[in-house]
Amino acid sequence: MTKTFRAFLFLVLPVFCCAAHAEFVVEITRGQSLAIPIAVVPFSSAQESAASFDVADLVGDDLLRSGRFNPMDRKDMIEQPRTGAEIAFDDWRRLNSDYMVVGTLSALGPDRFNIVFELYNVLTRQRLLGYQISTNRAGLRLASHQVADMVFEKILGVRGAFATRVAYISVLGHLPNRRYRLIVADADGNNPRIIMESGEPLMSPAWSPDGQSLAYVSFEDKLPTVYVQTLKSGERHRVSARAGVNQAPAWSPDGKKLALTLSTRDGNLDIYVLDLATQALTRITDDPAIDTEPQWSKDGMSLYFTSDRAGGPQIYKIPLAPGSKPRRLTFQGAYNARPRLSPDESQLTFVTQEDGAYRIATMDLNGRGEMQVLTKGRFDVSPSYAPNGAVIIYASRDQGRGVLALVSSDGRVQQRLVSTEGEVQEPAWGPF
Amino acid sequence: MKRMIAISLLIVGAALLAGCPKKPTVSEPSSTGSQVPSSTTTGGVGGPSTSMTPLGGDNGAMGAAGANGPLSGRTVYFDFDKAEIKPEFTDLIASFARNMTGHSNLKLRLEGNTDERGTREYNIGLGERRAQAVRRALMLLGVPETQLTTVSYGAERPAAEGDDEAAWSQNRRVEMVYLP
Repeated sequence: MTKTFRAFLFLVLPVFCCAAHAEFVVEITRGQSLAIPIAVVPFSSAQESAASFDVADLVGDDLLRSGRFNPMDRKDMIEQPRTGAEIAFDDWRRLNSDYMVVGTLSALGPDRFNIVFELYNVLTRQRLLGYQISTNRAGLRLASHQVADMVFEKILGVRGAFATRVAYISVLGHLPNRRYRLIVADADGNNPRIIMESGEPLMSPAWSPDGQSLAYVSFEDKLPTVYVQTLKSGERHRVSARAGVNQAPAWSPDGKKLALTLSTRDGNLDIYVLDLATQALTRITDDPAIDTEPQWSKDGMSLYFTSDRAGGPQIYKIPLAPGSKPRRLTFQGAYNARPRLSPDESQLTFVTQEDGAYRIATMDLNGRGEMQVLTKGRFDVSPSYAPNGAVIIYASRDQGRGVLALVSSDGRVQQRLVSTEGEVQEPAWGPF
Repeated sequence: MKRMIAISLLIVGAALLAGCPKKPTVSEPSSTGSQVPSSTTTGGVGGPSTSMTPLGGDNGAMGAAGANGPLSGRTVYFDFDKAEIKPEFTDLIASFARNMTGHSNLKLRLEGNTDERGTREYNIGLGERRAQAVRRALMLLGVPETQLTTVSYGAERPAAEGDDEAAWSQNRRVEMVYLP
């Protein structure tokens, strides 16, 4: 938010420490020098009732968190134009702002608001976007995220993912009185909503492709059970409570099946596919090793998974056709586990071990399988792609606490989301 | 004494069976009749002396509640990334086996756990592997399969909080819990 932002490599910068209901404090821990300078001018309002909501602040925060933009600090703005006609382009050019967002927020009724915004290229003076959005007060945050999404997409040509949601596990309290919560929040950490709470562990939340439901593992009966819960109604179904292990649910792309990890009586973990409508169960892997952490290919014809059949855990891919043999994908390093697929299937992200630490890595699936380690923590696990593939959210550690962190999928921008309450684990980014 | 050695050997056998045969890291028996060396690295793992507290007499006077009391050992600790039972836990397992074989109504749940390092779901697998190692040891000592169940909590239910070896060594464990 400052001009120095452009030049740093390592800088800690609290961004919305003071937002009213923020469950997280965002810190940019590493930025890139290529962030695009943009001015998001405060949206003026004729009425006091509308003025209490700051659209521009939210849009600026979204753009900053993406790591791709460097929003101008408000105190550096020489004036606050509301429309394109009011912009003195020559002045703003001297402030090194490449783009400008201007707009207004007005109250149309007791609970009806109108957001009007325009995006300008300061150099060419060209209007790139002009929209109005009508919403109620409860919809103002979402509408503002949508403004940020449109700006992001117009400038970068990549769909924005600000108006999306993240599920994660929150752990409150200390042994032996821990509380586990499954939470769904806006992608910026706001509006946290408790989906499930238990005195026993909850783990492995997985979004259905339509974003309507979550599958997860609950130990509320002391034994692992896989549930599917519909978010809107809260209705919950027990999908797997077989003897032994019931773990690692993953939705098929059509949302009709779940891949699961189950165990035989002697404790051998293998991967199965459960048809949710017919309850038909198909065994996919058959090996005495630990086979787990399945993830579907986009065409629904194969599964990526972790197996330690070669000694340590490595990532494999197996076609679902009967009799298929898995193919090993990772060879670099002694520990590569928990694959997640980028939305365009060009990249895998997973956890790798490096110098005794656990870090987030990616592997190119199209070229020569080149591997890149993106993070520098000691306990970086559970990576999950944003639905536009631009950013990976993962679980990390900060001073002994579990926190969420973000890294751009090219590794250039890193941020930490420090929870104001308890520890956070296992983020899963929802679909668009 | 002869009987103790025989039991130790059985548990050593179980420990070897427990490991994945393909793994190069499984420790080898040094020679017949001697103890298997501890499978790896440093000592100081998980205060085994506290785990060796004897459990009641042979007559099984020890009830289930007593066996789970805070002062009674019921926990088998493991080395990092290992599921082999270390020799210092053979007596503890043998005492549970004696109690179980004499009381067919008793049910024991073996709860496998790992330290926090690594991925959560893979750790569920490691915890299950440890629980199975203890299950096999008990079965080799004559405990019927029907009296035993396993569950893996992976890294989700640590016994100690903290991100250092002191905490981790307490968390890599199987707890033997009598079911009501």
